[in-house]
Amino acid sequence: MPAFVSSRLFWIGVLTVIVALVLPTYVSGYVLGLLTVAYYTAVFAMSWDLLFGFAGEVNFGPTFLIGVGAYTAGILDANFSPGLSIWLCIAAGALAAVVGGVVLALPALRVSGPYFGLTTLVAVLMLQNFIVVAAGLTGGEIGLAVPDVISIDAKTNYWIALAFMLVSGAILFGLSRSAIGLILQASGQDKIQAGALGFNVTKHKLAAFVVSAFFSGLAGALMVFYMGTASVSTFVDVGVGVQIIIAAVLGGRRTVIGAAIGAIFLIGMGELLRPLGELATLIVSVIALVVILFFPDGFLGIIRGGAKA
Amino acid sequence: MLFWQILIDGFAISALYALGATGFTLIFGVSGVLNLSHGAIMVGAAVAAWAAAGELGVGPYTGALIGVVAGLVLAFATYFIAVRPIQRSKAIAESEKEIFILTATLLWGIIIQEAIAYFFTNNAKTVLPIVEGVTTVFGVRTPRNEYFTAVICWVAIGLLWLLVNRTRRGKSVMAASMNPRGVTLLGIELSSIYLTVWAIYGLLAGVAGILLGMFLGVSSYSVGPLTASAFSIVVLGGLGSVSGSLIAAYVVGYLETATAYLISPAYRTIPALLLLVVVMYLRPQGLFGRR
Repeated sequence: MPAFVSSRLFWIGVLTVIVALVLPTYVSGYVLGLLTVAYYTAVFAMSWDLLFGFAGEVNFGPTFLIGVGAYTAGILDANFSPGLSIWLCIAAGALAAVVGGVVLALPALRVSGPYFGLTTLVAVLMLQNFIVVAAGLTGGEIGLAVPDVISIDAKTNYWIALAFMLVSGAILFGLSRSAIGLILQASGQDKIQAGALGFNVTKHKLAAFVVSAFFSGLAGALMVFYMGTASVSTFVDVGVGVQIIIAAVLGGRRTVIGAAIGAIFLIGMGELLRPLGELATLIVSVIALVVILFFPDGFLGIIRGGAKA
Repeated sequence: MLFWQILIDGFAISALYALGATGFTLIFGVSGVLNLSHGAIMVGAAVAAWAAAGELGVGPYTGALIGVVAGLVLAFATYFIAVRPIQRSKAIAESEKEIFILTATLLWGIIIQEAIAYFFTNNAKTVLPIVEGVTTVFGVRTPRNEYFTAVICWVAIGLLWLLVNRTRRGKSVMAASMNPRGVTLLGIELSSIYLTVWAIYGLLAGVAGILLGMFLGVSSYSVGPLTASAFSIVVLGGLGSVSGSLIAAYVVGYLETATAYLISPAYRTIPALLLLVVVMYLRPQGLFGRR
């Protein structure tokens, strides 16, 4: 750990957090709103990295977990608004996502690689279909408006998102650096050998799914009460999941923190390039492709490579 | 009446699905690559045919030809830009190449999709059909183009069968899908086999894309669903099994058409997805897959 504290990466991290803390005094509410979304997306990407980078599970459906959390919280609030505190709704959302995570983990313990990838993709498509078909409950394609929000103040929302990202990031990072993270990594790379060494692979993988689902669902539920609405295009669509995966691989897989950097970069770039209209996504995708092809360890790999030299 | 309608419509749709999925499964069988830019290549070919036939006015035949060429070019571009650099990279661990190729082809697909949206807008485009008019069979009025689609799809699949089973080149491709090392030991360049496979894939995806453009129309929004449907058909049939994909294409095609006609178009994709989940749980290698 001391080696980690003295590394350049650590100080860059500290500096970034300080900048993030003083930012609200200097920038407009619009930028804060953008960063709020970016911070929640960062949690999505970090949760995904725990599953993929460490447990080795190619999860194409991060939005299944996010969507279950977001919609559970949103539907509860929309139906029982004044009586039920939004924090209870958020807790219920996180819980529902954990249940979803267990359901998703069941096939993962049986099938692997592309087969599991497809199962998760199907889970997303099913959820999407369900939301559209059960429009009476979920608001369908138009989206579900929730009566309550966490706060209407941009700064408060920003603080909550930042604190949430830092706390979940610290937990996920700590977990990935702990013995559990090592066991997960071992079972992801060679399931049989990890089992032969006496580790319960099934239990650890299930735990990874539960933790990943918990944070995805929590972040999804919080984001619903930041936006005041839940819609398929922001929480469930396969395209959202794709962005999360790209963010995690772009930032540097198996690092947890890289996923957060990638997510903030993607959202930030998308906004900076907005004046270019439809070209924005094109340029961001080209940048991401170049990074993946030439710097497979992502942004964090580039920084680390620089630190070594 | 309704029965015949479902039978005819389902047959044409399924033939199209089958053609789209065949190339996809061939690539996976030979080189283990799941090409997630599949939908973008199909749409790219269709849009090229549309632009050439409609905008430049070269007529439906030349337009279709240009579309096929576009499919071929896009397939090679996919291979050289998003697949080969990763296969040859020393910085990426062997076990992680799969996810890198998935991510890279996905990004490449998005790049094609956005380029199409930028230069040709998001509007749906219908490629000028080669065969026009309607015909009535068993009391069902069907556009002739629908029969044409099914015929071309099966001719293309038949040609592929001949190529793989009757030519030396095709046989070596088949051998490579069974045992790449063995083929290398016989003195056949694996990289030239990959090129052949990607060429076949480009032609199949191009033809499928253009037919889809004539039959249902395409837009840059259809990229994702097209990739997803090819992926599910291929997994349902068993990854790498061409005959499995053909059967799975018909299962999915008929299931979707029957649901759309008998229940509601809104539920169109749900039974197929449910079937997929059941198959995943009970028989994870797909209906005809090898493990």
